[in-house]
Amino acid sequence: MDRQKIKTFLTLGLVLLSCLVLFWGEQYLGKFSTRVLNLAAIFVILGASMNLVLGFTGMFSLGHAGFMCVGAYVSAILTMSPESKEMIYFMEPIISPLDKIHWPVFPAILTAGLVAAFFGFLIGFPALRLRDDYLAIATLGFGEIIRIIVTNTISITNGSLGLKNIPPIKSLWVYWGFAIATIWILKQLINSSWGYAFKAIRDNEIAAEAMGIDIFKHKLMSFTIGAFFAGLAGALMGHLITSVDPTMFRFLFTFQILLIIVLGGLGSLTGSVIAGVLVTVMMEVLRFVEQPMNLFGLQIPGIPGMRMVIFALLLLVVILFYRQGLMGTREFNWDWVLDKVGVGRRKEKGVGVDG
Amino acid sequence: MANPWQNSILVTDNITMQFGGLKAVSNLALNIAPRQIVGLIGPNGAGKTTAFNMITGVYKPTSGKITFDGNDITGLRPNQITELGIARTFQNIRLFSSMSVLENVLLSKHVRLKATPLEAILGLPRYTRARKRHIEECMDLLEQVQLADVAHEKATSLPYGKQRRLEIARALATQPKMILLDEPAAGMNPQESLELMEFIARIREQFGLTVLMIEHHMEVVMGICEHIVVLDHGETIAQGTPTEIQNNQQVIEAYLGAVDESA
Ligand SMILES: Nc1ncnc2c1ncn2[C@@H]1O[C@H](COP(=O)(O)OP(=O)(O)OP(=O)(O)O)[C@@H](O)[C@H]1O
Ligand SMILES: [Mg+2]
Repeated sequence: MDRQKIKTFLTLGLVLLSCLVLFWGEQYLGKFSTRVLNLAAIFVILGASMNLVLGFTGMFSLGHAGFMCVGAYVSAILTMSPESKEMIYFMEPIISPLDKIHWPVFPAILTAGLVAAFFGFLIGFPALRLRDDYLAIATLGFGEIIRIIVTNTISITNGSLGLKNIPPIKSLWVYWGFAIATIWILKQLINSSWGYAFKAIRDNEIAAEAMGIDIFKHKLMSFTIGAFFAGLAGALMGHLITSVDPTMFRFLFTFQILLIIVLGGLGSLTGSVIAGVLVTVMMEVLRFVEQPMNLFGLQIPGIPGMRMVIFALLLLVVILFYRQGLMGTREFNWDWVLDKVGVGRRKEKGVGVDG
Repeated sequence: MANPWQNSILVTDNITMQFGGLKAVSNLALNIAPRQIVGLIGPNGAGKTTAFNMITGVYKPTSGKITFDGNDITGLRPNQITELGIARTFQNIRLFSSMSVLENVLLSKHVRLKATPLEAILGLPRYTRARKRHIEECMDLLEQVQLADVAHEKATSLPYGKQRRLEIARALATQPKMILLDEPAAGMNPQESLELMEFIARIREQFGLTVLMIEHHMEVVMGICEHIVVLDHGETIAQGTPTEIQNNQQVIEAYLGAVDESA
């Protein structure tokens, strides 16, 4: 059997295995574990999409939380029932036609992604002409502006009260389905000619432009796609927690995603997946550090935000001593696995060929 | 000359580049015929690279006009100028460090793709076929520049001379009418410089290229350039054939002066 066939089989096997794991998880995992895993799927989407922008295209954008916020609100408003809208919007009633809209979740989540992408396009248009450090500041500012807008457009977003009773989604299949689809799409994109154009811009912008690449157009494309998936993840977040409010999507959120992509490796999707799961699980496991503790007779009161301190330190350590992160720019691939188990190579590896 | 545009592929009509108080290039007037090999020389800081940057759109000239192949290209973006048919290499090598030799060259084909990103993501035939054809074309090109055996190596792991050759190959892959080489022989030993000269002459023949090159190695410049332009402090101090330039008093002084200053 040649290598290509083996790889196809392995890929099919992996898909089947994932299905089995999801099936098993759905049957036997408790509520809490399921919730953590679903959250992990959301962070995988966030990590992978932010890595497209920062790791693969080399743009220092910090607007991910802002796009999530947009996505979360769009999907929530589209899917909440008219009755609960009437109940929740008591400061000011929601404007028509949003009051009557009652969509199923799937089209709503996709629309959330599209609206976030549209915002990405609008923000990217002026911001991507800026130099790198200014871009970071501009996108950061955008995240804050979105929050202020959301807080003040009460007849659309219900302001600082936020939204409750968002139709819940509990199934692992949905979150991990979206996560796997996101990874697959981004992998295909990154291995395509466009992905190489993004990497060329990251490696050397002047040379990329001299090769005929329209820098601005490609940056805008990468940024918009990143915003799309951030919006998607934001929407999923809303359906997981079943409530959203403007304070949810503070910069701290973007910081957590930043930690995931730096820990996993800037420019490695595989790294973002691993680190996405790892960081989410650790976030839960480390919850105890924020509880009051009794350390050898020493009473320590609960310190809220302690987890973020730990993560900030971790980020610092990674940047200082282990800049490559877990994966560097490497990706999981079957060739590597096959080499390890000693299956011989027939043909030279085709570089630049998709797949 | 009735109409100087008729027989020229590149004309710079008194282009000037001012950086604050510094005139890096003033009133440069080039007139280059198709398939010519032209040398641009001058002491360090004379404004040679700046001239390249104006022609390729990295800088917009403060004044003056650039015409290429009948199009006014003054102030166009670098990628637009590349699409019109001017390719370049860089004085300080600018390869894509995360990519292999083949991938570096393949990048030049990106703008020629007719497919959409969606077709690429779904792996539809219009994209995969074009991609496959581009890979073949690039392998052919690497064959011609004798880099095929290192096609899958990391570009920045190549020895210096090969990196310079790869930069030229990458520029050629954009299918240009004219190529601008910024010190292609820098850091090469005499043997490598000689090979490079032959290589440049060969690609000129093979691709029907016009060549404008900046070079400090006088053997290379005098050896293959048919016309030479000399810059000093941004001013054009001489133009002519290699023999004329070698005997030009002002040129000799500019170079001797430069030596004196640095000594
Ligand atoms: N972007 C810029 N801003 C300000 N000054 C510049 C800029 N680019 C070049 N210069 C100045 O213009 C002058 C010409 O520089 P240029 O790089 O064109 O010289 P060169 O002839 O290529 O020299 P070399 O042989 O050292 O490469 C120099 O004095 C340089 O400092
Ligand atoms: Mg120079």
